[in-house]
Amino acid sequence: MRRGRWIGLLLMGLSGGAAHAASPDGPFGAMSCSGCHATARGVDTAIPRLNGRPAAEIAAAMRDFQKGERAPTVMGRIAKGYTDPEIDALAAWFAAQRDAP
Amino acid sequence: MQVGAAMVGALAAPRIASAQAVGRVVIVGGGFAGATCARTLKALEPKLAVSLIEPDPVFTACPFSNAVLGGLREIAQQQFTQDGVERAGVTVARRRAVGVDGKTVVLDSGARFQFDRLVLAPGIDINWSGLPGYTEAAAEKMPHAWKAGGQTVLLRRQLEAMDDGGLVVMSAPANPFRCPPGPYERVSLIAHYLKTKKPKSKLVLLDAKDAFSKQRLFQDAWAKLYPGLLEWVPLSKGGKVVSVDPADMTLATDFAKHKAAVANVIPPQRAGRIAEAAGVADRSGWCPVEPVSFESRLRPDIHVIGDAAIMGAMPKSAFSANAQAKVCAVAIVARLAGREPVEPRLINTCYSLVAPDYGITIAGVYKPTNGQLADIPGAGGVSPLDAPQEFRAREALYAEGWFRTITAETFG
Ligand SMILES: Cc1cc2nc3c(=O)[nH]c(=O)nc-3n(C[C@H](O)[C@H](O)[C@H](O)COP(=O)(O)OP(=O)(O)OC[C@H]3O[C@@H](n4cnc5c(N)ncnc54)[C@H](O)[C@@H]3O)c2cc1C
Repeated sequence: MRRGRWIGLLLMGLSGGAAHAASPDGPFGAMSCSGCHATARGVDTAIPRLNGRPAAEIAAAMRDFQKGERAPTVMGRIAKGYTDPEIDALAAWFAAQRDAP
Repeated sequence: MQVGAAMVGALAAPRIASAQAVGRVVIVGGGFAGATCARTLKALEPKLAVSLIEPDPVFTACPFSNAVLGGLREIAQQQFTQDGVERAGVTVARRRAVGVDGKTVVLDSGARFQFDRLVLAPGIDINWSGLPGYTEAAAEKMPHAWKAGGQTVLLRRQLEAMDDGGLVVMSAPANPFRCPPGPYERVSLIAHYLKTKKPKSKLVLLDAKDAFSKQRLFQDAWAKLYPGLLEWVPLSKGGKVVSVDPADMTLATDFAKHKAAVANVIPPQRAGRIAEAAGVADRSGWCPVEPVSFESRLRPDIHVIGDAAIMGAMPKSAFSANAQAKVCAVAIVARLAGREPVEPRLINTCYSLVAPDYGITIAGVYKPTNGQLADIPGAGGVSPLDAPQEFRAREALYAEGWFRTITAETFG
């Protein structure tokens, strides 16, 4: 977790809703994701990265997971914990993140 | 980042952008919770003075240490230094904290560290008065291996030295304890070792409970993979161990004495003892906290995260400790800037291996509800019972990826 990762905070602060403007956390629960989805480069894992991926792609994946599509393992169970607006906010936040070097 | 921090600061609270240190945070314990919190604080607010107190120069991770016992991994793959924490700009003191005196942490060297906010992340200690006969000396003969390191190596050596045909006896404690699925993953991987290396041996798990995490998934796998080798004795069948005797290697229940060739006693636990010294542990031995900021309910300028804290529905896991640490860092930055912390969402996923290519998971999503972290209804749960082997193999693969990812984030 190095500096690059936090640039998105700024973008979120400027473009996000008032609720997130003061929050360096990103929207609801975004920080928990990096337990599995690597933010540092060079981590050898089959679990995909999220930083910098198009927001529409992340949001579509989350909604599919909620419906049990895309044959998820654990993401089907996790995605159900998020509302529609929360998914959009999460997706926008990750899209704005850059990988740590 | 300079720009980013200044901008976030400007949006949030102008004070943060000022040139001098914006506060002193001291963190006790450099494990999954403490090291993550230290690194996250420096990433969020480089001007914070962050100190980490940790006596051990090498941290040995518990997750995947059961695979070391199963002969599938070496202990060196579990070990991490604090170098990445120091590189992040954190001052590391290789000492043990022994007390908290007002706004000062006192170390065993006599040194004192002043703080504006203190984070206690000491993990667990064994409750040495919780099981008659189980002392620190007894643990050298009947290892707990519930703090990874020398204990893990000792138990593995005992398993390797045991004759084929020996009886391995394990005991699991009542709730709450570190890593609810941990004893059941361990019994699985020891069974795997015996099945492949010492097939005439037997394994008994004496349990102080009648139910446990991922129970159906574990029991289905045991029936399939380890029939006749592994026996689980629940509380209602006399499984609760009431005393142990290292001299004759026995574990006693109210009904029987079990003599072991190798004994693994997973004893009752409590928060690391600095929690009690600091006045943040309650009579249960664990630390009650607010669910938004993880501030102690007993001393609000002290945050408690990880295994030591009472986190409602969240289990005591490395995944949880890491997630709580990031939320705690955000809350501390907010508090120091005079803002209220935002309500968090947290995730936990516990991976367990029952065999090398056979992984199972339990997941949860949590939010503060009525003063506790509670499950978000409809989310979370365990792997499907009827999944094909390909699914189990994929979860085993993801488990390894998870370990590499979380240790990279925690230790740098
Ligand atoms: C066999 C086993 C398997 C597990 N498997 C998994 C798994 O697959 N997935 C998972 O998510 N979790 C797993 N866990 C649980 C996980 O290990 C813990 O939940 C996690 O380590 C908790 O993090 P922590 O930071 O609270 O404590 P720890 O990681 O134990 O760190 C505490 C640190 O504090 C230090 N410390 C203590 N007292 C002091 C003091 N007074 N002064 C200074 N430093 C101090 C200690 O030296 C230690 O380094 C497993 C546990 C076990 C035992």
